[in-house]
Amino acid sequence: MSSPATVAGPALEPPAAATRRPRTARMPWARYVAGKLAAAVVSFAVTLVIGFVLFNMMPSDPVRTMTRGRPVSQAELVRLRVQLGLDKPVWQRFLDFVNDTLHGRLGYSWEYQRSVASLTMSRIGPTLLLMGTSFVISVLLGLWLGQRSGWRAGSLFDRITSSTALTLWSVPTFWLGMILLMVCSVGIGPIHGFLPAGGMSDPSLPQSGLRHYVDVARHLVLPALTMILVVYAQYVTIMRSSIIEEIGSPYLLTARAKGLTDDNVRRRHAVPNALLPSVTMIFMHLGTLISGAVTVEAVFSWPGLGDLTYEALKIPDLPLLQGTFIVFSASVILMNLLADLAYRFLDPRVRAQ
Amino acid sequence: MSAAQVLSSQEVAAAVPARFAGVRRFARAFRHRPSGVAGLAVLLLFSLLALVAPLFIGQDQLDVTKVDGPLLSAPSGHYPLGTDQAGRNVLLLLIWGSRESLRIGIIATALTVVIGAGIGIVAGHYGGWVGRALMHVTDWFIALPSLPLAISLAAVLGQGETSITIAIAATSWTATARLVRAQTLAVEARPFVERARALGAGDWQIMVRQVLPNVTPLILVSSTLTVAGALLSEATLTFLGLGNPASITWGEMLNNAFFNGAFTADAWWYLLPPGLAILVVVLGFTLTGRAVEHVLDPRTEDRS
Repeated sequence: MSSPATVAGPALEPPAAATRRPRTARMPWARYVAGKLAAAVVSFAVTLVIGFVLFNMMPSDPVRTMTRGRPVSQAELVRLRVQLGLDKPVWQRFLDFVNDTLHGRLGYSWEYQRSVASLTMSRIGPTLLLMGTSFVISVLLGLWLGQRSGWRAGSLFDRITSSTALTLWSVPTFWLGMILLMVCSVGIGPIHGFLPAGGMSDPSLPQSGLRHYVDVARHLVLPALTMILVVYAQYVTIMRSSIIEEIGSPYLLTARAKGLTDDNVRRRHAVPNALLPSVTMIFMHLGTLISGAVTVEAVFSWPGLGDLTYEALKIPDLPLLQGTFIVFSASVILMNLLADLAYRFLDPRVRAQ
Repeated sequence: MSAAQVLSSQEVAAAVPARFAGVRRFARAFRHRPSGVAGLAVLLLFSLLALVAPLFIGQDQLDVTKVDGPLLSAPSGHYPLGTDQAGRNVLLLLIWGSRESLRIGIIATALTVVIGAGIGIVAGHYGGWVGRALMHVTDWFIALPSLPLAISLAAVLGQGETSITIAIAATSWTATARLVRAQTLAVEARPFVERARALGAGDWQIMVRQVLPNVTPLILVSSTLTVAGALLSEATLTFLGLGNPASITWGEMLNNAFFNGAFTADAWWYLLPPGLAILVVVLGFTLTGRAVEHVLDPRTEDRS
């Protein structure tokens, strides 16, 4: 899927990234890293400001939201305000918030009565497992299908791959998850459910050892499959258009003139060059993966950060939502930074000074 | 009849065919893209359904307190798509849902386009620090993961269609802004803008009278793709419980199906149709948008 910003996603063109890079090519390594680090720090600071403004400057009164549906005295409202620090001026609250975040506490959850950071830490493992598995499989699948269909653009294989990708892109993630859940785990008609319906492990089994791993893997199948089906389509589109971009290049003519087979021209020459812009674009689209994780975890009760966000949303527990928002944003910034640095290593044209 | 009138009516006669010729040429090129035609047909069908829905669906068929159908019953002659947990006819809900889902999708897109195009044109017109600052802001927003941002916004603003619309616009304007800025730069480099400036046109006049008409086709094409994304976001946010529980949208139907026992009752007829409707309409917008894009700019032919 697909959240709004991703609409333009596949339309963004890889060459833009490719032509932008070489300008920084002659910069010394240390300056390059420092520049990227500084940009990441600025982005993170902006995220903090946006997060703070979002949750503190809005017209809704958090104390009212918290006490909704039960009688409260005026004194209790005042006490709650003091407890939440809402009696302080805005700038003071902002400094407290920044201080809190930099010390790794991320605020205090109303519902769980624990620091948001500790809640996040306990949920980050399952999310990494789910997102990591889906990411690796969908990237491999997407890149492979993309290069095959781009090389023979317009062929039957290309038409089938592209239209499947487009259709799956248009499917709401959570709905696909619900359908898979109904068919594979609840069972429908003649099909009996054969996979667990939710959670990450069966509490009646021992929580360690080989059987535990098999159990977790069985629980992982449906959520990961849902995410892969929705996400891989983007990678197909990206890889397909960057391989089409390479097809007219003179170096491919040279390769053919050398007498290489068509397969070798594609594998040895076209694919490596098309991979570079694709990898950059893939990292730029990490936000989609996160959006997918939120809905998939909510549908399958996968005990990760997305599910935590969903629980916070139901209450609504604003500090917890704020915390998960910051964690998600920070992870995107971090991954983009890593992608930028990795690019220097991967592309010899950028590395050569 | 004076000579001047004859001249002007001749001019009109000459101008009208020319204008229609453009439209006809466009229609001919569009007809050669079957996927685009199919997409457009789907959109027309759903728009028609959405428009005529009030003629044969009354509140007494949608109000949970007034309906008297069997609860969660399988499809039958009287209920072609079965009933929901309150005994409402799923087919009628589906048709009514197209009304509200499309409305939210289109309003959110309009808001997205206004914000995106405004920022894009201003950023493109005023180079220098204004343009750079606006593009930095856009880049920061692009880096933010959109669903968590939309969830946070909608949660802070409270349940309901207004907050969902705002949340969608706030997370999707960046793509339009970048596109429009690039196009603005291209338009401003052309001689007629220089001519307007030489004749004394101010910033406002150049942006509104010269640039805006030239970026509008592009904005319209990209907005069909934006509607597709907005519909998906609307469904997602509503499914997560941020919508107005009393309204009937496809996302709200799926939310009800998921949380009100469609699973335990094996009620596939309640789960399948709203999702398929979203899929088909999103696909319709995407196919139409891409076909128009290809017709306007044939260079995109082979690409994606």
